[in-house]
Amino acid sequence: MAQAAPPRTSPFNDPRWRSIAFQLLLCAVIVWLAYSAITNAAENLARARIASGFDFWNSTAGFDISQHLIPYTTQSTYGRAFWVGLLNTLLVSFLGIIFATIIGFVIGILQLSRNVLVAKLAAGYVEVVRNLPLLLQLLFWYNAVLKALPVLRDSISIPGGMFLNNRGLFLPKPVFSPGFEAVPIAFVIGLLGAVAFRVWARRRQARTGQQAPVFIVALLLIFGLPLAALALTGFPVSFDFPEMGRFNIRGGIEILPEFAALLFGLSIYTAAFIAEVVRAGVQAVSHGQTEAAYSLGLRPGPTLRLIVIPQAMRVIVPPLTNQYLNLTKNSSLAVAIGYPDLVQIFTGTVLNQTGQAVEVVAVTMAVYLTISLVTSGLMNLYNRRISLVER
Amino acid sequence: MGAQAFVRSETIPAMPPPAREHGLAGWLREHLFSGPLNIALTLLSVLFLWWLVPTLLNFLIFDATWTGDDRAACIVTAERPRVGACWPFVFERINFFIYGFYPANERWRVDTFFVLLAIGIVWLLASWAPGKRAAALYFFVVLPVLSVMLLLGFAPLRLSYVPTSLWGGILVTVVVSAVGIVFSLPLGVILALGRRSSMPAVRLFSIVFIEFVRGVPLITVLFMASVMLPLFVPEEWSPDKLLRALIGVALFAAAYMAEVVRAGLQAIPRGQYEGAQALGLSYWQMMGLIILPQALRITIPNIVNSNIALFKDTTLVFIVGIFDFLRTIEAARIDPKWATPVTSTTGYAFAAIFYFLCCWMMSRYAKSVERRLATGHRR
Repeated sequence: MAQAAPPRTSPFNDPRWRSIAFQLLLCAVIVWLAYSAITNAAENLARARIASGFDFWNSTAGFDISQHLIPYTTQSTYGRAFWVGLLNTLLVSFLGIIFATIIGFVIGILQLSRNVLVAKLAAGYVEVVRNLPLLLQLLFWYNAVLKALPVLRDSISIPGGMFLNNRGLFLPKPVFSPGFEAVPIAFVIGLLGAVAFRVWARRRQARTGQQAPVFIVALLLIFGLPLAALALTGFPVSFDFPEMGRFNIRGGIEILPEFAALLFGLSIYTAAFIAEVVRAGVQAVSHGQTEAAYSLGLRPGPTLRLIVIPQAMRVIVPPLTNQYLNLTKNSSLAVAIGYPDLVQIFTGTVLNQTGQAVEVVAVTMAVYLTISLVTSGLMNLYNRRISLVER
Repeated sequence: MGAQAFVRSETIPAMPPPAREHGLAGWLREHLFSGPLNIALTLLSVLFLWWLVPTLLNFLIFDATWTGDDRAACIVTAERPRVGACWPFVFERINFFIYGFYPANERWRVDTFFVLLAIGIVWLLASWAPGKRAAALYFFVVLPVLSVMLLLGFAPLRLSYVPTSLWGGILVTVVVSAVGIVFSLPLGVILALGRRSSMPAVRLFSIVFIEFVRGVPLITVLFMASVMLPLFVPEEWSPDKLLRALIGVALFAAAYMAEVVRAGLQAIPRGQYEGAQALGLSYWQMMGLIILPQALRITIPNIVNSNIALFKDTTLVFIVGIFDFLRTIEAARIDPKWATPVTSTTGYAFAAIFYFLCCWMMSRYAKSVERRLATGHRR
C-alpha cells in the first residue's frame, strides 16, 4: 500500500511556521524597543548634556561616608565609594543572615513546642512581624527607638565601658600588641583538631560501636586552646575605652544607629519568615520517622539530631536560600534610614552628583544580580549534596 | 456443669482517669509543666506577657491622650508623668493620611473609588457571589477605566483634573497595590505560559525577564523606572512620577506572579493537557478552558500571599518620592505643632494597625480558600 501523502496545509495553519513567525515577531519587537530606547536615551542625554560611559569612576567623589570598612576620604574616587557601599551592604547582610538564622530557628522550633503558651507566643511573633512592612519596622526602630535615646550628655553608661546614646553604641576597641598572633593560630589549630577528632570518632564508632564525647572535646579544642594561648603569651591585648568628651566621644568603636536599626530590623523581619520555613520543614518529616527511631531505641535527642533534622533540612534549604537572598535585597532599604549601603551611596549620592542614571542603576542591578546568582548557585550545589538519592 | 461461683455479666464501669492526668490539672501538667525546661519556658513566657500586655495597653489606651488641639495635650507634665499614644494627632491628620493633598471638595471621588474597589474585591473573592466571569471583567477591565476617570478627572462628566502629584496617603497605597494586582496577574500568566512554551525565543525571553527582576531589589527596579524610564522614551511622552512607579511595581509583581502561576501549572497532571489535545483543542482553548481554570484555582492562596507581599512592598514607593500612606505619616510626625516624644511612635502605631489589619485579612482569606480547596484530599 502506498504511503498517503501528508495533507497539504497552508503555511498559515502549520504550527511550525506559525511558531517561527511568532518568535521572529517577538524578536523584532524587542529589538525595536531596545533600539528606540537607546536612541531616545542618547538624544535625551545629549540634550541634558550628561556624559555617558564610566569616566566618572576615577574622578573625585567629594562626599563623606559615615561608615567605611576600607580607607575612604572625601578625596577618594567614585569607584572607591562603590566598594565602600558594597562592603557595607555585604557586612549588614552577612551579620543579618547570621542573626536571622539563629532567631528564626529558635522561633520556628518554639512554634512546634508542646508548651502551648510558648508555641502561641512564637506564632504571634511570626504573625505580627510578617504582616507589617519592613520599611515601617525599620523606620520604627530608627526614629522611634534609637533616635529617641538620650543625647550625648545624658548617655546611658553600660558596665564594661560602653556608652549608648542617640549617636550610636560606643564599645571598647581591642588593641593587639605583639604576641597576639598566637591566639588566632591556636584557634585554627583547635578548629582543625576538632574536625579531625570528629572524623576519628565517627570512624571508630562505625568500627567498634564505641561513642566519644565529640561535642565537649570540640568545645575544649576550639575555645580552650586560644584561651590557653592568650594566658601563655601574657594577655597581649588591651582595650581602648571610649571616653566621654564635651561634644563627642573619643576612642573605642562606634556602632552607628543606622547600622544597628537596619541590622535589627532585617534580622527580626527575616527571622519570622525563616521560622515559618523551619516549622514547615520539621512538620514535613512524617511522624512515623520519629516513632521508628524510638522503636529502635534512640533517645529524643539523637532522634532529632540523626533522623528528623537531616530530613527536615532537605525541605528547609531551598526556601531558606530564598530568605537569605531576600534579606540581602532588602538591605537596600538602608536608603530610607541613611545607612551608607550600596544603594544609598551609589543610586543615591553618586547618581545625584553625576546624573549618569543608566550606568549607575545598571551597575547596582548587576551587583545584586551577581550576588543572587552566586548564592543560589552555591545553595543548589549544597542542595544537590543533601538531597534524597533515589533509585 | 461445674458450679461457677461468680461470672460477671456486664463490664465494670470505667474509672475516671487519675486527676493529675486529666482535666485542667492534667492539661496544664502536660502542656506547661512537663519538665524543667518546659517550666522555665512557661515562666519566661509569663514574665514576658506580664511586661508586654500592660505596656501595650497602657500606651495605646489607658495612658493615651484622646482629646486635644496641639502638642500641649501630649507632653509629660507634673500631673501626668506617663503619656501614652497621642491620638488627637492622628484624628487631626486623618484626612491627610487618607487622601494626601487631594482637593477637599473632590474627595467624594476617592470615596467612590474605594467603594467601587470594595465591590469588585468582594464580588471576585466571596464564594457566595454569583457571576465570577462578570466579576473578573468588572475588576480587570471596567474598574481600571472607571478609576482613572474618577481619580484623574474626566471632562465630559465634569470631573475636574486632579494631577497625581496631589494624590497621597492611603489612596496612593491602595492605587499602587491595586494596579500591581490588576496588571501583575495577566502579565504573570503570560510570562508563566511563556516560560513553559515550546518556542525557544519566547521561553528565553520569559526566563531572562523573570530571573532578572527577581534577582534585584524592588528599590532598584523603582529607581530604574523613575530615573531611567524617562530617558528611554521621547521627551514629550515622559510619564508622570506616579505612573513611573506604577510601571515599576507592576513589572516587579508580574515576575513574582509568574513563578506562582508556574507552580500551579506544574501541579496540573499531564493527562489534562493530553486530554485537551486529544479533543482537538487549540493551544489557547486548552489553556483557557482546561488548564488555567484549574491551575489558577489551586493557586489562589499563593496569589493572595504574593499580593500581601506586594501590599507591604508598596511602601517602597516612598523612596522614589511618592506620597504613599507611610510617607504621609513620616511627613506629619515631624510637624512642630505636634512635636512630642510620643508623636513618632503614635504615627507608626497607627500605620502598623492599618497594615496589619489589611495583611491579616488577606492571609485569613488565603487560609480559608486553602481549607476549602483541601477538602477533597483530607482524610
